[in-house]
Amino acid sequence: MILSFDIIILIFLIVAAVIALNVKDLLSSAMIYGIYGFLICLLWAEMGAVDVAFTEATVGAGVSTVLFIATILNTRRRSSD
Amino acid sequence: MVDFLLNTVKPHFNFWVYVILMMIGLWSLIAKNNLIKKMMGLAIFQTAIILFYVSLGVKDGATIPVLESYGDYAEKAEKAEPAGPEVAPPDATPAPVVVNPADTYANPVPHVLMLTAIVVGVATLGVALALCEMIYKEFDTLEEDELLRKIKALHDDA
Repeated sequence: MILSFDIIILIFLIVAAVIALNVKDLLSSAMIYGIYGFLICLLWAEMGAVDVAFTEATVGAGVSTVLFIATILNTRRRSSD
Repeated sequence: MVDFLLNTVKPHFNFWVYVILMMIGLWSLIAKNNLIKKMMGLAIFQTAIILFYVSLGVKDGATIPVLESYGDYAEKAEKAEPAGPEVAPPDATPAPVVVNPADTYANPVPHVLMLTAIVVGVATLGVALALCEMIYKEFDTLEEDELLRKIKALHDDA
């Protein structure tokens, strides 16, 4: 574990989570959620869990962002909060 | 305050960040009005728990869990440890220290468990978003307050 790398990624994680939940445009919210997923993937690769990092990059960040975008395109893009 | 930061927060700062992430997810589940935002909060909550479990397997100075040489270690261990429980004479030279290769890499058991949790989490997220789409087709909105109002009106009519 590299301490400074760890601290920087954890700070970015909290920032990405708060922004993803507070943006009113749901499409940009989904994209920021994808950024959050790739940050978590970096954190896992840094912790030595490369198998979990691969899975997160494909399934967590990739597929769940696609699912969010598909749902948003079929429903409404604006959110009230 | 400074004492608390140095003795409690600093040694386990990653756990504190995981709890903060978890609470962000819980807050969005309770306070957000949009159903898709709620699902996003659920996913963030889940990743915080997975992060906690994976970080339990981290060791200081350990690498990724890939076994490089197995047979070599087994031979060395056999030579180093004599069979049987006999007590070594006090003036005997100490046996050479054999490093177990398992000590040099991170514990892979939580990784494997959390791999399953990630895949299951994405599957449940897909089901939840499909349910959101069905709700949108039925009520033409994803905002919780509007949904409650429309459901109440439906019950009042019936």
